[in-house]
Amino acid sequence: MIDLSHVSKAFGENHVLRDVNLTIDKGSSMVIIGGSGTGKSVLLKCILGLVPPDSGTITLDGQDVTKADRDAFLARFGMLFQGAALFDSLPVWQNVAFRLLRGSLKKPRDEARAIAIEKLRRVGLKPDVADRLPAELSGGMQKRVGLARAIAAEPEIIFFDEPTTGLDPIMAGVINELIREIVTEMGATAMTITHDMTSVRAIADRVAMLHDGVIQWTGPVSQLDSSGDPYVDQFISGRAEGPIEAVR
Amino acid sequence: MILLSPFGALGRATLALMAVVGRVTLFALTALSHVLRPPFYGRELGLALLNIGWLSLPVVGLTAIFTGAALALQIYSGGARFNAEAVVPQIVAIGMVRELGPVLVGLMIAARVTSSIAAEIATMKVTEQIDALVTLSTDPMKYLVAPRVLAGLIVVPLLVAVGDVIGIFGGYAVATGSLGFNPAAYLKNTMDFLEPLDVISSLVKGCAFGGLATLMGCYFGMASGRGAQGVGRATKGSVEAAAVLILAANFLLTGAFFSL
Repeated sequence: MIDLSHVSKAFGENHVLRDVNLTIDKGSSMVIIGGSGTGKSVLLKCILGLVPPDSGTITLDGQDVTKADRDAFLARFGMLFQGAALFDSLPVWQNVAFRLLRGSLKKPRDEARAIAIEKLRRVGLKPDVADRLPAELSGGMQKRVGLARAIAAEPEIIFFDEPTTGLDPIMAGVINELIREIVTEMGATAMTITHDMTSVRAIADRVAMLHDGVIQWTGPVSQLDSSGDPYVDQFISGRAEGPIEAVR
Repeated sequence: MILLSPFGALGRATLALMAVVGRVTLFALTALSHVLRPPFYGRELGLALLNIGWLSLPVVGLTAIFTGAALALQIYSGGARFNAEAVVPQIVAIGMVRELGPVLVGLMIAARVTSSIAAEIATMKVTEQIDALVTLSTDPMKYLVAPRVLAGLIVVPLLVAVGDVIGIFGGYAVATGSLGFNPAAYLKNTMDFLEPLDVISSLVKGCAFGGLATLMGCYFGMASGRGAQGVGRATKGSVEAAAVLILAANFLLTGAFFSL
């Protein structure tokens, strides 16, 4: 279980997170929604320790993440980045097997390659992609490779940062389905940040709405349309009028 | 208040400069500590050695040969004013080995390697590849910075040695080809005049310049701002800082080796 308690983060005068409280149950899929620039990515990076929070505590299974052994802590996570964040200089299979080629999870090269190809197959890519460079792939294929990398070491917790941004609707649907299937079959805890409502409905067990640095609403995805929260209503209906100020 | 404002501005600029010096020093110490501590990434070190060393050979060789040749012409024409044309071999040798070889190689490395490292790492930062490294339990200081800095420390002295030899050869070619020097006498004068300290100082300078050039590339890359503009600023800043630090270090090292 991931628990955030009174987490705040500011960059200069810009208070991105203000007293955020949120719990993500083990094995569940939590989706954080909110407009661009509302601090969704910062929240995710705070949990991973990429950005230190100014105040508050973040615990994973009751242990403060700032006091945990970093390698052991990070070995429990997989992450799909918004732009896939594949390493340009490495072929696809070495990107996927990155964690398996070095560090505490190191495996023989042939075994790591076999696992990488199996994970590529799991996300719908053929083995011939393995030796290509990321720059030779389309955006959708890069997302799939990023997903394969995120699941390569069978993590307990997977983070998805805007998994469908920049993809056409059909490819976005494919990625959503893959995420749902993989999270279910691995029994992993998932946390996704997105403003794509199709993704939300496809991926989420629970939804939290982040706006102006605070969690405005949280609840099961089945209650999203009847939340009664004016922020959520405006966001999911895509209206310009409402409590969320829309800059024209 | 108006009279005091220049002092305030000076104070702020000094504090900002000291903050940068502090950050760069901490970065350098962290990088050097990672050079000495496992895990070591052999593939990354090999690639850095290839890129910084082998692939820099053409530009280093061309720079050195033309500089050595021009130096021979300058010394010959300048020396003719007081009947000292014969000192061309000795001055070319001492000029290339003590000064021009290390400095020119250092500046070429700053132009070719520092900019490339800064742009590459800054792009990795902008595209979240650095964050991805961290989430994959890999320390970017160890994986990206340490191999490049170690490669700079190892290979730039070797480039300087190659540059020294090629520069001397450039002077030799011009002196024997068009200035009427005897080839055997030219080489003998060169060898007789150079001392071990000249060569040692050249290699030490190469090591220092290699470290500075790679450190600046890595520092500016890791500290890059967002977007294409951030990458551009990081690249420009890294080359400026590396060039200035190389010239300043050259002055200090020359003083340390030869002022006594």
